[in-house]
Amino acid sequence: MDDQPLIELRDVTKVYPLKSGDVTALDSISLSIQKGDFVAIMGPSGSGKSTLLNQLGCLDRPTSGDLLIAGRNTREMDDHELTGLRLNTIGYIFQKFNLIPLLSAYENVEYPYLMKHRQEDENGHISRLLSKVGIDAALAQHKPPELSGGQQQRVAIARALVNDPQILLCDEPTGNLDSVTGRQIMEMIRTLNEQGRTVLMVTHDPTVAACAKRNVIIKDGRIT
Amino acid sequence: MRGKDIIFRLALRSIRLHFLRSTLAVLGIVIGVVAIATMGMMGANMTLSVTEQLSEMGNVLVVTESREGGGGGMSGPGGPGGGSDDDDFIPEEQFKDIERIASKYGTVYALYSESDTIEVGAEERRATIYGLDQDVIPEILTLSSGAFPKSTSSVIIGPSLAGRLDLTLGSKIDIGDPDEGATTTVRVVGIIEERGMSMDLNTDSAIIGSEKLFTGIYGGEGEYRQVNIILDDINEAGNVSDEIEEQLNKKEDQVSVQDSSRMLENITETLGTMTTFVMAIAGISLLVAAVSIFNVMMMSVTERIREIGILRSIGTQKGEVRKMFIHESAILGGLGAVIGAVASLTIGWVVVLAMVGSTDYFFTPSSLIYVPFGMAIGFITCVLSGVYPAWSASNLDPIEALRAE
Repeated sequence: MDDQPLIELRDVTKVYPLKSGDVTALDSISLSIQKGDFVAIMGPSGSGKSTLLNQLGCLDRPTSGDLLIAGRNTREMDDHELTGLRLNTIGYIFQKFNLIPLLSAYENVEYPYLMKHRQEDENGHISRLLSKVGIDAALAQHKPPELSGGQQQRVAIARALVNDPQILLCDEPTGNLDSVTGRQIMEMIRTLNEQGRTVLMVTHDPTVAACAKRNVIIKDGRIT
Repeated sequence: MRGKDIIFRLALRSIRLHFLRSTLAVLGIVIGVVAIATMGMMGANMTLSVTEQLSEMGNVLVVTESREGGGGGMSGPGGPGGGSDDDDFIPEEQFKDIERIASKYGTVYALYSESDTIEVGAEERRATIYGLDQDVIPEILTLSSGAFPKSTSSVIIGPSLAGRLDLTLGSKIDIGDPDEGATTTVRVVGIIEERGMSMDLNTDSAIIGSEKLFTGIYGGEGEYRQVNIILDDINEAGNVSDEIEEQLNKKEDQVSVQDSSRMLENITETLGTMTTFVMAIAGISLLVAAVSIFNVMMMSVTERIREIGILRSIGTQKGEVRKMFIHESAILGGLGAVIGAVASLTIGWVVVLAMVGSTDYFFTPSSLIYVPFGMAIGFITCVLSGVYPAWSASNLDPIEALRAE
């Protein structure tokens, strides 16, 4: 494991200015995550865990403080660079799967691949990846609404992995799944971590959090 | 999906999935393009047609008696009813003066004209009767059949008059109203080729005879209705006109010179203004189409907020989202422009035929140019109306967009 953390948060604060008064979603959070780590971020609803994940996923910018990913301060990066980071370095798995309903399962996985490589997958990489997560060729032609929740999440995992990202961000990955499917998905995520990927997962389910190597508890925007 | 054109394919897919909405937007553009192109073509055809007719007499100067302070301006030269005022004539001396000044620039001739009743068999009509120097007639008129008049009882007639009254070579016409006195019978010896509307002589529905025939019927020898000058060089129009006015109107305004090239310019200009005006009205339909495209694109953005959020969260650049929507409006615009162009050629042809009466100039460059012009305007309007929706889509906050249902 390298000495330099893959992800580092230094006094990260996120304030949402509202008419009724400012809401501090994250309050001076400092956290270091090493390459290959598997961190579960836990906390009750409204504690700030999703806000934290959005910062880590470069979907949002901190109000103050620094977020360093692979040694680069995201504060110094423009939107173009941050988007590039999301495409190449970060894989995002959402609770609601967030697949594009009009594209087939295969096309959903293919999309970020094409955005990165600007050419079709001629080596069968996407098909292999889908097969690895349990989606066969026939199923891959189906559109997301025609798939079960578990199948959709598998497709979403394949999509998150298609560009071989270093970091995998999971936002309640089993939140919309039954317990058996949830376990299968968690097993898959754990395997991915064992293969060397850094995983950050937001959950409020202790059994899911138990799969992680490290748990971070967040409450009222602070790490406890 | 090919990597290079994935954005284009996504745009195409969106259009395909919202087929009805997209079709209506395309229809709007088609209507706009057809309106612009058709109106433009109609204007161009009208201008070309009128210019062609007028330019045939573009080298003619018409000199008439000046009606200084008389009110009502000059009498319409040459046309039917042009000689209603008997005091309104150019005397022989003035004609000689004009001839002296202008003969070096072209052919100068004087003419008598009167509108009168004519009778062919039992049919009575009114027609313009011209009296011209017998030697001049072959110089200025071309016959489609027959010969030029050589006696005081022979005349040549215009093709419209011949057609309307079934007159052929050898037919007899009685000039004058039998109720008001004696009539003169003349014989048709020639039919004049169609000349169209003209400033100097409107022969299509007229009877042309010798000066002797005319003065024999109406008297007034040496009292010409007008003097026409057919210039060898159209560029001399201004000079000749100035010279005549300078010499004859020294003391008082005796004559008035009408320069047909100036009139031609005015008419062309007026037609141009009319075409622009009509096209501006047609442009309104394109504006409506633009609003419709804008609406379609905004709806497309609203419906796809979540999709945009997903695309952004998995690494799609703002510019690529923008491009996707611009592509969408460009595809709609392109389709609308192409279909509009084809429809313009068909509808335009029918409209031009109906409004102008001839499609002789339809396939000329100055007419057909309105098709690519309409296409370009339609396409640009469509793309422009997609710019704001595209911009607003690309600037959506990914987190907010992901939350949208």
